Formats: sequence, C-alpha cells, structure tokens
Amino acid sequence: MAFDIKYMLDVLREIIPYTPITLFLAIASMFLAGILGLGIALVKQFQIPVLEQIAAVYVSFFRSIPTIVELFLIYYGLPQIFPIFSKMEALSATILGLSLKNAAYLSEIFRAGLLSVDDGQMEACIGVGISKVYAYQHIILPQAFQNALPGMSNTFISLIKESSLAFTLGLVDLFAQAKLIASDSFRFFEAYLAVAAIFWVLVVVLTLLQQHLEAYMQRYR
Amino acid sequence: MLKITKLRKKFGDLEVLKGVDLTAEQGQVVAILGSSGSGKTTLLRCLNFLEIPEEGNIKIGDVSIDAQSYSSRELNLLRRQSAMVFQHYNLFRNRTCLQNVTESLLANKVMDRKNAEEYGIQLLRKVGLEDKKDVYPSKLSGGQQQRVSIARALAVKPRVILFDEPTSALDPELVAEVLNTIRAIAETHTTTMLIVTHEMNFAKEVADKVVFMEQGKILEEGTPGQIFRLPKNERTRQFLSRYLVPEYNI
Ligand SMILES: Nc1ncnc2c1ncn2[C@@H]1O[C@H](COP(=O)(O)OP(=O)(O)OP(=O)(O)O)[C@@H](O)[C@H]1O
Ligand SMILES: [Mg+2]
Repeated sequence: MAFDIKYMLDVLREIIPYTPITLFLAIASMFLAGILGLGIALVKQFQIPVLEQIAAVYVSFFRSIPTIVELFLIYYGLPQIFPIFSKMEALSATILGLSLKNAAYLSEIFRAGLLSVDDGQMEACIGVGISKVYAYQHIILPQAFQNALPGMSNTFISLIKESSLAFTLGLVDLFAQAKLIASDSFRFFEAYLAVAAIFWVLVVVLTLLQQHLEAYMQRYR
Repeated sequence: MLKITKLRKKFGDLEVLKGVDLTAEQGQVVAILGSSGSGKTTLLRCLNFLEIPEEGNIKIGDVSIDAQSYSSRELNLLRRQSAMVFQHYNLFRNRTCLQNVTESLLANKVMDRKNAEEYGIQLLRKVGLEDKKDVYPSKLSGGQQQRVSIARALAVKPRVILFDEPTSALDPELVAEVLNTIRAIAETHTTTMLIVTHEMNFAKEVADKVVFMEQGKILEEGTPGQIFRLPKNERTRQFLSRYLVPEYNI
C-alpha cells in the first residue's frame, strides 16, 4: 500500500474535532497541578513540619512511576480498594492522574523559581514596613513565577503529549479515534501521521505563545 | 526619639553586639563608623528586626520593643517606624521606579493609588529622577537605583532612615550624586538618620553625631569635631588615621 495523502487528509478532518479533548485534559491537569504544585513548593519553602516530609515522599513517588502505571493504578486499581472510585469516569481519572504527577514536577520548578528570587527583595519589603504576606503576593511570587515560566511551559507541552495516554483508559480522544479509523482501513501510517501532525502543530503554536509570554515577562530584566 | 538600650545579638556562639546603647534626637544625623566586622550592619538590621536581637530594648518614636517579649503586632508597628536603604539598593525588580516608591503606601493602605502616585512623583523629583518614573530598575545606573531607593524610604515618612553603606557598591564617579541626595535630606533635619559609612569627609560634614564601633560595642561617640579632631580612644585614633589625610596648616 502506497502512501495516500488524500486519505490522510480525510483522517485529519475526522480527528480534528477531538483536539478539544486533548486540550481540555492538558489545561485542566495543568491548572490543578499548578495549584497543588504551588502548595507543595510553599510547604517546602516555609519548611512546615510534617507536611514537608509528606511533600518529599509525594514528590519522590510521583516522579518515579511511569504515567501509564499511575493511570492504571487510579482507574483500575483504586475502585478495588475504595468502591466509590468505581463511579469515576476515564476523563476524571486521566485528569486526576496527570495532575498528581505533574504537581510533583511543578513543585520542583516553583521551588527553584522561589529560590532564585534574591533575598534582598524580601528584606527590602520588610525594610519599608511591607508585611510578609503582601511581599509574597506582590513581589516574591511574581518574580518566582517569571523564573518558573520556561519550566512551566515545558510541563504543559509534555502534558499535551501525555494526555494521549487517556486512550488506554478507554477515553476516545484524537489518538483513539485515529486508531479506530485505521483498524477499519489498515492504513495505519496515514492515520498515525495525521495524529502526529496535530500534536506537532499544537506544540509549535504553544512554543510561539511561550516565546511571546516570556518576552513580555522579561520586560523588567 | 530613637533609644537603643543594652542591645545584644549573637550568631551562634559569636557575640556580634555586646550591649549597645545609642540615642538620637528627632532630625539628628548620626554617622556610624567602625572597622569591618565591628557589627555596624547588624546593629542597623536589628532595628527593624531583619536580625532578631536576643536582648535589649528598641524605642523608635512611640513604639518600644523589648527583645525578650513582644507581639507580632508590636513588631509590625516597629517596622513601620523606620525605612532602610541597602548597600545593594534592593529595588523591587518587577516594579517601575514609581511603583517602587509607592508600593509601601499601597501595601499599608496609607493612600489610594492616585494620591500615592502624585506623592511618589514628588519624591522622585526630589531625588532628581522624575523622568525615570516608568523605567524598571535594571535600566538604571547604580547611583540612580540608590536614589530611587532613597525616595522609596522617604515615602514611608519614617521616624528614622537606616543607611547601610549607601555608596560603597557604587563606581567612584557615582558616589557624589547619592551623597548629595542624602545631604539634601539631612539638611532639612526632619527625619532622623543613622548612616553607616566609610566616607569620612561626608560624615564629618553632615553628621550631628559620630559613633565609633569596635567589636560589637560603641567605643566612643561625640560631635564630628570631637571625634575627628580629638578622639579620646586610642582605637578610634588608629582607625581614623587610616582614613583621614592629615591636615597641614601652613
Ligand atoms: N548572618 C550571619 N551569620 C553569621 N555571622 C554573621 C552574620 N552576619 C554577620 N555576621 C558576623 O557578625 C560580625 C559583624 O558583622 P557586620 O556585618 O555587622 O559587620 P560590619 O561592621 O557591618 O562590617 P562591614 O564594614 O564589613 O560591613 C562579623 O564577624 C560577621 O562575620
Ligand atoms: Mg556592614
């Protein structure tokens, strides 16, 4: 079978409507992972007893296990021990799994971002009578965020790609849809190339956005 | 106005302040001299609790704090009585010059944004940098950054401004502009100033009182005339002889 570009374009047309699922998975997971990751980073920054140790175990665990193992553990494993989890849908399970894992990575990225803010910034706040809470909100965290931005962008890009694992839980995203189409026609190459093309375009667009955002954030460097 | 009593500070086993007593009147300019490691920076940093002293009492304006028992409310009040000017300026990197000056006013809800900005521009004019108001600190020379940081300190309307070697990170040709700015404020005698400096001529000229520190203690204090011309203590004399070119009367 020779390469059939027209067929590939047909597949493309059929699977493009599934890209919002991919984007939704990535954005929702990024959002939740961001909140949890920031929490973990602050726990480490302020060395809050007990929580700090829990955070260390958490980060070590989720950084070590392969994403697919984690997703299976959550989706197929948890309901066995806790029956309420049997109501969980594949979509929620994927978001949960990706969030938990990427929170571990993001916490390290945020922590490095916080550490790279000069101590003099907090001292200057105290030196003119600004409270620590205000200082964190308005001076320290915005600078830490800027330092963390490249790492966060990379995390988001890998989330986009990891979201394709959702199909292993039976969720029909663009990859799963392409697989269905291909198993009818046996034109696997065209189908998966169409999937690859979509991911490529997504990541290229995101990289451009990232560059613009970083240039904007660099304005005070 | 400012009264420090029996202030003690240790870093681990190292006793850095060994019972420091110091007073300053409203509007008085106090120059603090002393060799490296004598505890000058630590003394200033204890006054806003950037370093936490073990013992002693600090009174600025109406706020008095005992190092051995104080509430966080008292600490916040104390911190709002003073403003610090750092050797390395430490301007807020993510804020323009004007925002650097107004930040404390907005943080503590002293003024609304419009009034704070008007006041901030007025202060930037005072240090000669009104035209830089929308520029980020990284675009300024060291001397300009230090002048913004002086405006930032003035915005607080502090009882006392704490200067820690405000010119020693600057290129020699930029020192004068910062000293002139400080001199202009000193001459109004409205704000009390503690200035740690190695600029002996400047200290001699603007200070009302000169303090000489050595190994965590104040060895000698007096008017510039007393300290620079007739130091009583042998250590003070040795220290000053390293800095002062002898004056020859012909
Ligand atoms: N955070 C710290 N931890 C441990 N020791 C410190 C700390 N800060 C200062 N010291 C020590 O305390 C002593 C006094 O330091 P300080 O910085 O107050 O001196 P200084 O008079 O300001 O000196 P310089 O003229 O060099 O600035 C020094 O021996 C210094 O090594
Ligand atoms: Mg010092």
